[in-house]
Amino acid sequence: MDKAQKKHLQLFANHVRQGVIEGTYHAKAGHPGGSLSIADTLAYLYETEMCVDPANPAWPQRDRLVLSKGHACPALYAALAEKGFFDKSELLKLRHIGAMLQGHPDMKNIPGIDMSTGSLGQGISAACGMALSAKVSGDAFRVFAILGDGEIQEGQVWEAAMFAAHHHLDNLVAIVDNNNLQIDGEVGKVCSPYPIDEKFRAFGWDVIVMDDAHDFDKIEAAFTEARALSGRPVVIIQTSVKGKGVSYMENVADWHGKAPGKELYEQAMAQLREEERKLEEE
Amino acid sequence: MADVKRIATRESYGAALVELGRRDESVVVLDADLAASTKTGMFQKEFPDRHFDCGIAEANMMSIAAGLAAAGKKPFASSFAMFAAGRAYEQVRNSIGYPHLNVKIGATHAGISVGEDGATHQCNEDIALMRSIPGMVVINPADAVEARAAVLAAAEYDGPVYLRFGRLGVPVLFDEATYKFEWGKIVTLREGSDVTIAATGLMVERALQAADMLAAEGVSARVLDVHTIKPIDTETLLRAASETRGIVTAEEHGVIGGLYSAVCETVCGEAPCRVKPVAVMDEFGVSGPALDLLELYGLNAETIAKRARELM
Repeated sequence: MDKAQKKHLQLFANHVRQGVIEGTYHAKAGHPGGSLSIADTLAYLYETEMCVDPANPAWPQRDRLVLSKGHACPALYAALAEKGFFDKSELLKLRHIGAMLQGHPDMKNIPGIDMSTGSLGQGISAACGMALSAKVSGDAFRVFAILGDGEIQEGQVWEAAMFAAHHHLDNLVAIVDNNNLQIDGEVGKVCSPYPIDEKFRAFGWDVIVMDDAHDFDKIEAAFTEARALSGRPVVIIQTSVKGKGVSYMENVADWHGKAPGKELYEQAMAQLREEERKLEEE
Repeated sequence: MADVKRIATRESYGAALVELGRRDESVVVLDADLAASTKTGMFQKEFPDRHFDCGIAEANMMSIAAGLAAAGKKPFASSFAMFAAGRAYEQVRNSIGYPHLNVKIGATHAGISVGEDGATHQCNEDIALMRSIPGMVVINPADAVEARAAVLAAAEYDGPVYLRFGRLGVPVLFDEATYKFEWGKIVTLREGSDVTIAATGLMVERALQAADMLAAEGVSARVLDVHTIKPIDTETLLRAASETRGIVTAEEHGVIGGLYSAVCETVCGEAPCRVKPVAVMDEFGVSGPALDLLELYGLNAETIAKRARELM
């Protein structure tokens, strides 16, 4: 990836992270940890991989993104706002009464949201339905689904995995965001889903294991490989850092589902603005 | 009644799906390893490329249906009522109901008349469950003619619909040539001025029998076919509440949350009247032949007539 493109993606991701902190701080609630871990993935998907049209969010031939780990929507909302699907001022009203941006994605009212999610395990099935629809009609669009590593403890994920492989849904790319933490602690200690790669392989998927979800060269390599594969659904298992980009949140399970107070909000914003300034100076 | 034609509403559902499949390419059908029983197999035979067996995974099937609808298809998802409304309740609520997606749920083998399979498969709670989801339409047709019409009408409607069908063959009450399904409108099968019998599904036949018994005693019973339990036909029910001495509800469903509840909710605020239920009374079923079970649980004309007399 050339330097200019990388800088562009890093800035996009930085803006997503700032949106996550702004949104959850003003909401006094939300899920910053798992939002920050997928900021770079969303930046790459929306700026490079996916074909979408912010002026026509319901365009039938668009690529779809289903945020199966729906609680990470502060990041998705920030990415959609950065793309121009709606005004950035909406981010400050996240979770407020009367606001467009609900605590979990609401496809009825939010431009760019392709599926209402939040109850874990259901989004990947809906993504299968969309991919199947494309196969039935011969449409070329692709479907991306982002799952949490804790989320794959839901049995429905494996019902969907079986279905996707059975129907050769090679227009479906699942991303398992392996930040290794869930509400009650380390996923391996709560109820281990490991080895994740072998499970998906056994279910008939092509598996791409990617060890740094915050390195755009590696992200690009993974999605480029996924694009080249055919005949089977693809899963990218990405190792990520929960809370990535905000030092005091990194790898701390407690930041799964709580918002920063004023002091920590200012600390996080200062860190992200400093990163933004440095990127712009490069 | 040997000369009366008996057809299970699920048969009619299967045939109507084929009819829809021929006229609308966006119709797709999902099943969960029960295609022969739910009768979606009829659609599968003619349109194998638009029928998807999800295997024994009802939760996944409902969310897949949601995804298909989100991408512009008209999915009909089928299983037994127990699994469609029960096991997959949360998927129906969150993946289909909350986004108000255009998914039709064709639930067969509803109620006690599943018969020999017993309590685990006799779903007497599905109307209650589905009715509780905001925006969900709940239809429980009385016979094969009404079932076909309901399926066709549901396909025209943009939004989630729960269609309830039975396993048991039931008499054909309506004339295919003249029957018209009116969305959300009760069919007044018989006018009457003393009491009202509001029935749904296979209890409609029994309500008519009860009305005959009452007529012989000089009691004039109005008979309503409540094919759509949600949205409920408030106007017709309020008229019955104020024009007759009370309402007997008759349903092959538990007494909690079904037609009895819906009628009580409707009349109590606007035109309070006495309402008596004929339903399964807060208990699980047992194995046995369907017709015997209907008698065992009092889901018959005698009980309806008895409740009606209590209102006189």
